[in-house]
Amino acid sequence: MAFDVLEPGLSTTAQDQGRIGYYKFGLPQGGSMDQYSATLANRLVGNTVSDAVLECTYIGPKLVSTTNAVIAVTGAPVDVFVNGQLVPEYERIELLAGDELKFGVIKGGTKYFIAVHGGIDVPEVLGSRSTYPIGAIGGVDGRALVAGDVVPVGVGSDNGLPVVTSIAVDDRPVFSKEVKVRVMLGLYDHNLSAKGLDSLLNSEWTLTPVADRMGLRYSGPGVEWKDREQPFGAGQDPSNIVDAGYAVGSIQIPGGTQPIILHRDAVSGGGYAMVATVISADMDLVARCAPGTKTRFVAVNMEEALAARQENNARAARIWS
Amino acid sequence: MMQQTMARYTWGGDEFLFVEITEGMSLEANFISNSIANALELQQLAGIVDICPANASLLVRFDPDILDWQQLERAVRRLEQEVRAATDKVLRTRIIEIPVWYNDPYTNETGARFREGYHQRPEGNDLDYAAEVNGLADAEEFIKRHHETPWLVSMVGFVAGLPFLYQLVEREQQLQVPKYLSPRTDTPALTVGYGGCFSCIYSVRGAGGYQMFGVAAAPIFDPAQRLDDFSDFMIFFKPGDIVKFKPIDEAEYRRIQTEVDAGTFRYRQTPIDFDLSAALADPNKYTLSLLEALNGI
Repeated sequence: MAFDVLEPGLSTTAQDQGRIGYYKFGLPQGGSMDQYSATLANRLVGNTVSDAVLECTYIGPKLVSTTNAVIAVTGAPVDVFVNGQLVPEYERIELLAGDELKFGVIKGGTKYFIAVHGGIDVPEVLGSRSTYPIGAIGGVDGRALVAGDVVPVGVGSDNGLPVVTSIAVDDRPVFSKEVKVRVMLGLYDHNLSAKGLDSLLNSEWTLTPVADRMGLRYSGPGVEWKDREQPFGAGQDPSNIVDAGYAVGSIQIPGGTQPIILHRDAVSGGGYAMVATVISADMDLVARCAPGTKTRFVAVNMEEALAARQENNARAARIWS
Repeated sequence: MMQQTMARYTWGGDEFLFVEITEGMSLEANFISNSIANALELQQLAGIVDICPANASLLVRFDPDILDWQQLERAVRRLEQEVRAATDKVLRTRIIEIPVWYNDPYTNETGARFREGYHQRPEGNDLDYAAEVNGLADAEEFIKRHHETPWLVSMVGFVAGLPFLYQLVEREQQLQVPKYLSPRTDTPALTVGYGGCFSCIYSVRGAGGYQMFGVAAAPIFDPAQRLDDFSDFMIFFKPGDIVKFKPIDEAEYRRIQTEVDAGTFRYRQTPIDFDLSAALADPNKYTLSLLEALNGI
């Protein structure tokens, strides 16, 4: 069972829940950028949460299924076509052998997900099938799909849950051009001046096109740092620190101009001061933002971050029951 | 007597605890970070996802659904006290010889493509610039200073298996070189780089902001695990490794390339105990004893 790749799309990669436990060696967690959307696709096709899916970026692939298959497409709004016929997103779709799957123009967000019953069955590398192109591991030959690839699909089994043929509208993620992203201040926020901190939290920031699986860069008024003598080994710019580990979701502001949110394929460390971190519950929200999205950073404390996480966990538990 | 914890504890969202041992880089801070990391690893606390020691700090990823954040902080603070109180400051590690072709055409060609708008000094190459800002006679003298004394792998990260290296010399002898004004979009794989007080070896081709001084002859990241040195794991370096750079010429570089292609290349390395107190007491004498261990194989 497999998909033949007629056209690869802009950047289509196999992703799962990520490669956990190798961050200390500089291998990022990876995994689907919008975990919630990916998990909905897996739910529709009768997979488990950890099965690998195809993550599509802006322009999706053109695929032919070599056998009968059950698939679903979730995530960013896009027209989905089977043999040229429009079929719905967020619903279970039955393909026959030889059916062709392709996509229209994306209408919001940047990423959508194709799940197939049995999962994308590329070999696991260090416990995950997620593609990490910089390290050339995971996915199909450690890279995004190219025309002519044959994407292996696993043999599915019964996940023991009732069949879901459609995701309720209330359970579908929202793709908005204006978002509030909850962050926890910390790490090196004390290096910002009072004015700099005020800029970060009380300005509107606009997502630039410089946004990918590694990080998302925002334009806005910039921030001001405190005057200080730089510590030994840190580098001359006030936004520099002695190279340290980067929290996933942390926000750094090189030179004080454009904040960058590090996402799932980000470098694991470096010499720029992080001043806040997106809470785990809002990482998918950040992944859903298209360039131009107006963004405000809202500071919350640990209790609020954990409460938001619990809400997400409760929703996931309901969907997976 | 209980010692005070002195590090700064702060949170990177709800999944990361960040412990800054000191703001500035030092051998002691690095040793403390690595020691806490090792001790925490041994505790096998449920809910710890990743323990990442860095140059002068430590990043711990945890699953807050399993491990209470305050419990984690208490556990790490306890370990920090123990590590600071310990009298036996010895790290069981190894010393490895890394052959480097300094002033090679690959990094020079790349450097020449990223001058205007990227680099402080349009004329000459990165080595000429590094020699100048350190008040050295020329690139040759800088290269000599770079390879004659060993380095400690003070952190692994950035991208797959990239080591940050800190030279085992007294603070006054530390070479410091500014990073590029703006990061390059390209760096040859295995480039030996330099930024601030750190050297690095770029494990893969890609973006980078460190000055470029040469290329290492053999891989340090081998996802296919072809070479014997990678039979256990695709990444060669671990924090705490000691590195001696060995200058080689083009002929030697080509010879090593042939060995790598044939799958027969092995790094020269030997186990050693790294004694922090001895290293701090008389760095020059201590590093000589480390080199003897390597020469003894």
